[in-house]
Amino acid sequence: MQLTNRSKVVSNKVQTAMEQLYLPGILKGMLITGSHLFKRRATVKYPEETRPVAAVYRGWHVLKRDENGAERCTACGLCAVACPAEAITMESAERKKGEEGLYREEKYAKVYEINMLRCIFCGLCEEACPKEAIFLTDRLVDTEYEREDFVYGKSKLTEKVDKRIDVSKRQTLEVAEFKKLPGLKHNEMWDSKKIDKGNKH
Amino acid sequence: MLAFIIYKLIICVAVFGLSLAVAAYSTLWERKLSALLQDRVGPDRAGPFGLLQPLADGGKMFFKEEIIPNVSNKFLFILGPSLVMLTALMTGAVIPWAKDAYVGGKLYSMQITDINIGILYLFGVVSVGVYGIMIGGWASNNKYALLGSMRASSQMISYEIAMGIAVIALIITSGGTLSLREIVEQQDAGFANIVWQPLGFIIFFVCALAETNRAPFDLPECEAELVGGYHTEYSSMKLGLFLFAEYINMFISSAVMAAFYFGGYNFPFAQELYDAMGLADGSKWIALIGFGAYFTKIFLFISVFMWIRWTLPRFRYDQLMNLGWRILLPLSLLNLAITVVVEFFRGHITF
Repeated sequence: MQLTNRSKVVSNKVQTAMEQLYLPGILKGMLITGSHLFKRRATVKYPEETRPVAAVYRGWHVLKRDENGAERCTACGLCAVACPAEAITMESAERKKGEEGLYREEKYAKVYEINMLRCIFCGLCEEACPKEAIFLTDRLVDTEYEREDFVYGKSKLTEKVDKRIDVSKRQTLEVAEFKKLPGLKHNEMWDSKKIDKGNKH
Repeated sequence: MLAFIIYKLIICVAVFGLSLAVAAYSTLWERKLSALLQDRVGPDRAGPFGLLQPLADGGKMFFKEEIIPNVSNKFLFILGPSLVMLTALMTGAVIPWAKDAYVGGKLYSMQITDINIGILYLFGVVSVGVYGIMIGGWASNNKYALLGSMRASSQMISYEIAMGIAVIALIITSGGTLSLREIVEQQDAGFANIVWQPLGFIIFFVCALAETNRAPFDLPECEAELVGGYHTEYSSMKLGLFLFAEYINMFISSAVMAAFYFGGYNFPFAQELYDAMGLADGSKWIALIGFGAYFTKIFLFISVFMWIRWTLPRFRYDQLMNLGWRILLPLSLLNLAITVVVEFFRGHITF
């Protein structure tokens, strides 16, 4: 009884004299491997050269600073809420007097950690951020020896004052306009807070 | 007398160093070639183009922990790899590396010793090499090592027979000489022996693969079945010696093949080239060019050895024995018969 049409008749055919000689077969095999001598290498010598990535590649996050060098993040937690992998955690603190140059708003993130092993690089944190503080960049996440080392703190995420990271490709005008659209979750929240504020006072 | 001893010492050390250097760089070339055949780049981090890789590999071997099993016979355990290395290095003694050359007004031979039983010496030393593997595998007191060494010895003995008969045919073609120098020299006058011995060469080549335990005949150390074969229990530099001896053997067997069948340091139109360059017999430059030609051949052979390794899968053991006893042995006998007939008509042998 034939159950499927995938069955194959086993062939136990005897080798021909030519096949029994082996040598032609061996030569054929050697020509195949030999032809690979002249093929393109598949290797990318990583640290020196990198694979080309899309301009809007989503890799290692950056916490942006504003034009004065103050951190933009205000530790609102929207990115952590938006994160589907629950990779982001933060602790907020209040800005002291004299720290205006360091932090843009009165509240800032004392601790800001992203677990790079949990992160799925979807970019929802960037979409959720009302302060334009977090962006994904085209940098690849480093390799580490320990799992703990993949939890990136502020030291690895915040951009250096003297070494700004260009995110203009991901922060186009269209994106900025899109973020202001009514109906987006954080816009609505912001609006409702405004209304609440208005009612209180 | 002193000058003679110094000259012999120098050439001994030179051949010794050459064997080691070539073996070391064969390991690099093996890795490089395997990478090229697999569309990879291969080692290129240690030094320019990875040229320091053999040093790094050797250094790694030296710094590994040295383990000698409690249950092993310590003396034999150390004797094994030493014997393998010794015999591998001894074979280089009878190989003529280049033409004789005048150095400081005296004619020097570029060969450690030209004994008139060179081929017998070569075969004798190579078959002692089996003992090294056998002793090493036995002394390990490990079943995988024992199986590996058993395989090695039976394989090498089997293939030595076909190899020996192929060489007998070669000796007949060369007019009955056993000296490697004479075999090489008489190819200078006529054609290379490959013209008269194509079948003999193929038999010799296959047997040389089996003798050096190279793929597709690497059953003595097949990782898939026997962990590491005869060197399972070995570690550190003793393992290094085993692996290194394989590369020296490969180098020497390439040299022997080039000398037996491809004219050694001779090459087509060599005399015309020397005449055009105005070089007299016994010139240093002739020796050097001949040495270069010889090395090109050796390099090509080593590359083909590696090419085969990275192309073919391993034989099954019964297939190996089948090939050795039921195909190569009759073939080599046939080759011998044909050679006798051909040489009778060429006038090399008379009845």
